[in-house]
Amino acid sequence: MSEVGIIAYGASPFTKEDHKIESMLHKSTNDLFKKNPDINKNEIDAVLVSTNNNSKYLSPVLSEMAGIKPKIAHSIESLCNSGTNSIVSAFSYISSGLADMVLVTGAERYDSPGQILEWDNSRGEFKHPIFWASIFSKSYKREYGISDEQLAIVSVKNHKQAKENPNALSKKTYTVEDVMNSKKLTDDLRLLNCSRPCTGSASILLASKEVAEKYTDMPIWITGIGQKTTSAGFTKNTSLTSMESTAIAGQSALKMSNRNISEIDVAEVHDAFSVCEPMILESLGFTNPGEGVNMAQKLHEENNFMVNPRGGLIGSGHPLGATGISQTIEIVQQLQKTAENRQTNNPKTGLVHNMSAAATSSTVLVLEK
Amino acid sequence: MSFENELEKGQFYLPECISCKKWVWPPSEFCDRCNGKTSLKKEEFEGKIIEFSKQNDNYFCIVEFYDSIRIIANMTTCPKKDQIVKILKCGINDGGYFFHII
Ligand SMILES: [Zn+2]
Repeated sequence: MSEVGIIAYGASPFTKEDHKIESMLHKSTNDLFKKNPDINKNEIDAVLVSTNNNSKYLSPVLSEMAGIKPKIAHSIESLCNSGTNSIVSAFSYISSGLADMVLVTGAERYDSPGQILEWDNSRGEFKHPIFWASIFSKSYKREYGISDEQLAIVSVKNHKQAKENPNALSKKTYTVEDVMNSKKLTDDLRLLNCSRPCTGSASILLASKEVAEKYTDMPIWITGIGQKTTSAGFTKNTSLTSMESTAIAGQSALKMSNRNISEIDVAEVHDAFSVCEPMILESLGFTNPGEGVNMAQKLHEENNFMVNPRGGLIGSGHPLGATGISQTIEIVQQLQKTAENRQTNNPKTGLVHNMSAAATSSTVLVLEK
Repeated sequence: MSFENELEKGQFYLPECISCKKWVWPPSEFCDRCNGKTSLKKEEFEGKIIEFSKQNDNYFCIVEFYDSIRIIANMTTCPKKDQIVKILKCGINDGGYFFHII
């Protein structure tokens, strides 16, 4: 299998603004080419668009707007982990030899139809994500004797980290009291426990080893990929306190990269809600079951940005189709040591965790210098 | 689908595979294990509350039937974990299912 590297990226700010999906896709793509004027667009073999937007033919549309005539052009949708699914597809095109250079652009509008999975009638009247998040929170707190105040720390930490991310939706820091006093959505969930849908886009360019080394002396290699889908419906989750798809995807990605979880220096994980971060940290094996909150609290107290340096979904905002790509860009910047105020201490190996619909599907990537 | 025809009339009948007797959920014409046809079991099912939370005055509960089928249902009185419940009311509203338990 040929090696695949990330050679360039571009992004838009995450906002609540009303822009057409086509304009958003173009925004981060244009930023990528502006930052990397040497890229020859004629060498781009595939353009993959990640979004839940209902507009059609978006990859050919973006290709035309950006002046690219790719061989392969199509969209990829898998709710909240569309972004990393697209990166996995790009990896596959390159490693199979079908493409040498692939552009992946993800974008979403604040009013994305991907927020509600209408098909999942097992959820009855409770289809909005706040209901599965409430059930996870209640179960997790019950199982491990965790308080709402402890879960609030995840949100406090991630908003604090987002303040150092110029593209983040959140511009404010909050205290545990602020989280506890924010709007009550259910008995187990407050507004500041949630990531917010928003408008945003993110782009990356992937290439084979040969092409990557022609364009940059700092490519970031995708050395591990793990994916698992256990179901589509939330109520098929056998555990409400851990994430099976995440555990399996994490093990596969680490195995492929020949790495151990203790070798991961920095990680972006899918904190759609406060409770998700400890559940993910535990399911990936960063810490023991029930100790994810302690890990987050310790990192927060030490001002260590190791988990969700860009502010996670809670701080950055969650434009579904762009999220996995934005997470990946953050790890690229961390490994290239260009993350400025968010920079962690000399990371060599990073991890991206991106998931869909109450952890029914997870993707994990391992990235290395 | 016959499950939805019954649900629309306020009846909660679960589909079972005719060949291998597996309870099939979400409701489907075909069994996800042996691909055989399913038929509805017309009886009153008892479920168990696995977890719950509350929004305003309403509790929303994960209810499990036959150790395999899980739904989220509405309950007006305070639930207890592992409590045995029955469907009080159910139906289809705007294309989406709803379940109330007691
Ligand atoms: Zn069967």
